[in-house]
Amino acid sequence: MKKLGKIYLILVLLFLYVPIFVLIVFSFNETKSRSVFSGFTLDWYKRLFHNRIIISSLVNTIIIAVVASIVSTVLGTLAAIGIHHMRKVPKAVVMNITNMPIINPEIVTGVSLMLLFVFFAARMNLEFGFVTLIIAHITFDVPYVILNVMPKFNQMNPHIFEAAQDLGCSPVSAFRKVVLPEIMPGVISGFLMSFTYSLDDFVVSYFTSGSTSQTLPITIYSMTRRKVSPEINALSTLIFIAVVIILIVKNIIETKSAKKNSSYREGV
Amino acid sequence: MKLKYFSAPYLVWMVVFIVVPLLMIVYFAFTTDDGNFTIKYISDVGQYANIFVRSIWLSLIATAVCLVVAYPVAFILSRMDKHKQGTMLMIVMLPMWMNFLLRTYAWMTILGNNGIINHLFNLIGLDSVKLINTSGAVVLGMVYNYLPFMILPLYSVMEKIDKSLFEASADLGCNSASTLFRVIIPLSMPGITSGITMVFVPAISTFIISRMLGGGSNLLIGDLIEMQFLGNAYNPHLGAAISLVLMVIILVIMTVMNQFDPDEQVLM
Repeated sequence: MKKLGKIYLILVLLFLYVPIFVLIVFSFNETKSRSVFSGFTLDWYKRLFHNRIIISSLVNTIIIAVVASIVSTVLGTLAAIGIHHMRKVPKAVVMNITNMPIINPEIVTGVSLMLLFVFFAARMNLEFGFVTLIIAHITFDVPYVILNVMPKFNQMNPHIFEAAQDLGCSPVSAFRKVVLPEIMPGVISGFLMSFTYSLDDFVVSYFTSGSTSQTLPITIYSMTRRKVSPEINALSTLIFIAVVIILIVKNIIETKSAKKNSSYREGV
Repeated sequence: MKLKYFSAPYLVWMVVFIVVPLLMIVYFAFTTDDGNFTIKYISDVGQYANIFVRSIWLSLIATAVCLVVAYPVAFILSRMDKHKQGTMLMIVMLPMWMNFLLRTYAWMTILGNNGIINHLFNLIGLDSVKLINTSGAVVLGMVYNYLPFMILPLYSVMEKIDKSLFEASADLGCNSASTLFRVIIPLSMPGITSGITMVFVPAISTFIISRMLGGGSNLLIGDLIEMQFLGNAYNPHLGAAISLVLMVIILVIMTVMNQFDPDEQVLM
């Protein structure tokens, strides 16, 4: 029974990984063929680094993800503080609306924002591009920050803020020294989540980008339309390596902090 | 200063970029270009009933396949040694971190008419088979992209099921099949329902997977919406009407799913 389980798990992992390894292998293929491996080359990687469109869309993607995730983290953390102190009914209403961009299909979020931006573009001096992309990304990022920070407030002792003030803290330093450290893990995971969602987003960006500023996923999409472009394989390989490195580092940090926590608890 | 006012900037953002855009979808769905009320576009959606049926059907199949494939995976994972679980889960989730366009592109390479599978068929003397641009390819793309969305919620409920429950049910005369149906499945119901929504919602609204793997003949609701906003068929009123119907379908399905979730019922 145990053996059967192992075989099954290996089959599923093969299903998940074989397509990615096919891309990686063919990124070193001399010809454009997608089925015959004819010889080793690094040409596609060279071409990739000389491809201005890819490089500029990579830069765009990073700028947009950084700006959107920082703004969302600030906006979302402030929002979580406020929402936590709301009364029951307004709180429920706000939380339900906040969940909308998460529950709604991405395509609906994308076209609804597109309708809004078209409306503004016709009446004001708004052009599709960086601004619309950043607004759209913040809109789908903030809910994730709020959902990560809110539980930290619920776990926190409500009186420590007052206690810090009784002990001589100003409200600002009480917040900085007492509340902020308590909610920080939620703030950080909210930030990381919105950053990765921004980097990876295709659908919402596709409807809100216009023709001038493209993000990397949009560029990848237009490359796939051309059917055969082995640069995609090279790009996939690099992204896959980056992902593996990030996840391994993340894993190491998490195990370290888990060990630290458990030894701390034993000490107490 | 009242803490609840901290949420003011977000509340403004929420109204302008979440509530107003959704209201604009409703408005566009029920008005003509001159702003007069009409139900023409909503009734026009009926002409595309076949596309709706196909989308619902293909995404139901994909969801069912995901559930059947993911259930044993989640169970095996949840019964592994604790220190192995984290690493295994990371290995299962890793492909998710690649952009889904690249993952789908990988299948274009594999299934293509000159792709690897057909190349292998030719080598052993078989004729090429049409694999890409079929509805089967679309379902495969959905399963490949969304399988981890099913594994994760299933794993997180199964991990909490105590091993002694299986022993207890065996002591009380259950064989493994009845333990599965009377103990494991009922206890993992919350994971099943959230896995189903997490796979079904993106599957029914996708437009990339169908375009990349389904060719022109397997249009889904997402393609239809995209065509009304960015394609040749530019008609935001019809696009808004289709989006509205899609949202209603998803709402109905999620309400039905919640009926099966014991936790949700307590909340409601």
